[in-house]
Amino acid sequence: MHSFFDSMVPGSSFFDLLRQSRSDLLPQMQIQPEGLSQAEIRELKESPHGTTILALKYRDGAILAGDRQATEGYQVSSRRIEKVFKADDHSAIAIAGVAGPCIEMAKLFEVELTHYEKLEGVMLSLEGKANKLSQMIKANLPMAMQGLVVIPLFVGYDVRNGEGKIFKYDVTGGRYEETDYYATGSGGKDARSTMKKLYRAGMTEDEAIAVGLEALIDAAEEDVGTGGPDFVRGIFPTVKLAAMAGLQDVAETRIREICQAIIDRRREAERGA
Amino acid sequence: MALPYYVSPEQMMQDKAEYARKGIAKGKSIIVLEYTDGMLLVAENPSASLNKISEIYDRIAFAGAGRYSEFENLRKAGIRYADLKGFAYDREDVTAKSLANAYSQTIGNIFSEAMKPLEVEILVVEVADGGLPNELYRIAFDGSIGDEKGFVAIGGQAEELRLHLKDKYEAGLDQKAALRLATGALEAVSNVKVKPQSLEVAVLERSRTGRKFRRLSHNDLTAILTDTEQ
Repeated sequence: MHSFFDSMVPGSSFFDLLRQSRSDLLPQMQIQPEGLSQAEIRELKESPHGTTILALKYRDGAILAGDRQATEGYQVSSRRIEKVFKADDHSAIAIAGVAGPCIEMAKLFEVELTHYEKLEGVMLSLEGKANKLSQMIKANLPMAMQGLVVIPLFVGYDVRNGEGKIFKYDVTGGRYEETDYYATGSGGKDARSTMKKLYRAGMTEDEAIAVGLEALIDAAEEDVGTGGPDFVRGIFPTVKLAAMAGLQDVAETRIREICQAIIDRRREAERGA
Repeated sequence: MALPYYVSPEQMMQDKAEYARKGIAKGKSIIVLEYTDGMLLVAENPSASLNKISEIYDRIAFAGAGRYSEFENLRKAGIRYADLKGFAYDREDVTAKSLANAYSQTIGNIFSEAMKPLEVEILVVEVADGGLPNELYRIAFDGSIGDEKGFVAIGGQAEELRLHLKDKYEAGLDQKAALRLATGALEAVSNVKVKPQSLEVAVLERSRTGRKFRRLSHNDLTAILTDTEQ
């Protein structure tokens, strides 16, 4: 443990601080790559996985949404896991991959942003936040090689330019900005196909939430790893909005109503056919 | 070979204390008041960017008087300490008490071991939830620590402010009344009208979820203070 008043601890990054003084707390340091047997690697690959997450832009910002199911091999390990996290007042991060390191990384990223804000007295720019996340994923690469993949989607409202932005990442930390929409995770491809048909530039908030939920429901139908809306247990996808006014949670009752409307419409269509 | 002069430990400590006191007395003052829904931190500070008041953690704030570079270092060390602890355990486990003790140790060690003592006086305050009492800790240049109730003042005119507040402070103030009391105290002690532009004000609001710290802008202050005069 470093001493409390250690002038050798530099910088405004919590991630760097952890690396220097408490590397035991870093998510990627918990497992040494050389110390794993084939059986252990198989077991790791079967640890709980997160599944479909998506982001899309609308008139006043951007939306980030995710389903709630985690799977372990062919079993459902959790029905109400949270995959979309608030990162700070204007941005959110959603994570697909192995649940443990994913949740840890989202938590670390949140502390990273507030730590910088407190030390410097100003928030990082949205580009700065996106780049920082890229470095964190890159640092996770040794674990990703063992199958503990963490792939986030990052969405934020760029206060300086007045627009919502979407960033996707690859496993090596590569960072790519998306102009309209994106989805990733095991059901990501299905969600993308739906959004491809339904997305229009300049949608209203209501329209965008409906498109996002429609895409998640399609992903849940096609992909065994993605959970659909669960009316029996009352479990619904998580949706967050990044807009000028800040980051907002979409209320569960509103999500429930929209899901209900989509399902009713599909039932009608089925009867008509 | 020249022998070093002998100085008695008592003399040395006295000299250091006097040096530190003089340094702090040159600076401006800071007041912290408890009000019904939280805590109010008011600093005399003409600079808009060099802060004397800062957020440390969800429920904890920091205020420093004296030499800027020194309390700025303490502030940063405090944020690092709190964020590390909260990440290793849980956000609930970061308390003002443990932070104040860490500050007390550090400042005390520097006072007894280093040539030059720190010319700072700091406050660590925590707003409590669920009917528990708030916590206010004052840590002096020699590491001595005290916990206060209701109000506390540090910096150049701390003693005069304390006497003024002792007469005027009463429990159950709202935010506006607390701000008026604090600016009133600063005006009474300095005999100069206090302008919102020369104040740095922040609150720890109990009702906020998550991070309780919020800065009041000069516009907020002007609105509250001009309201008084009606």
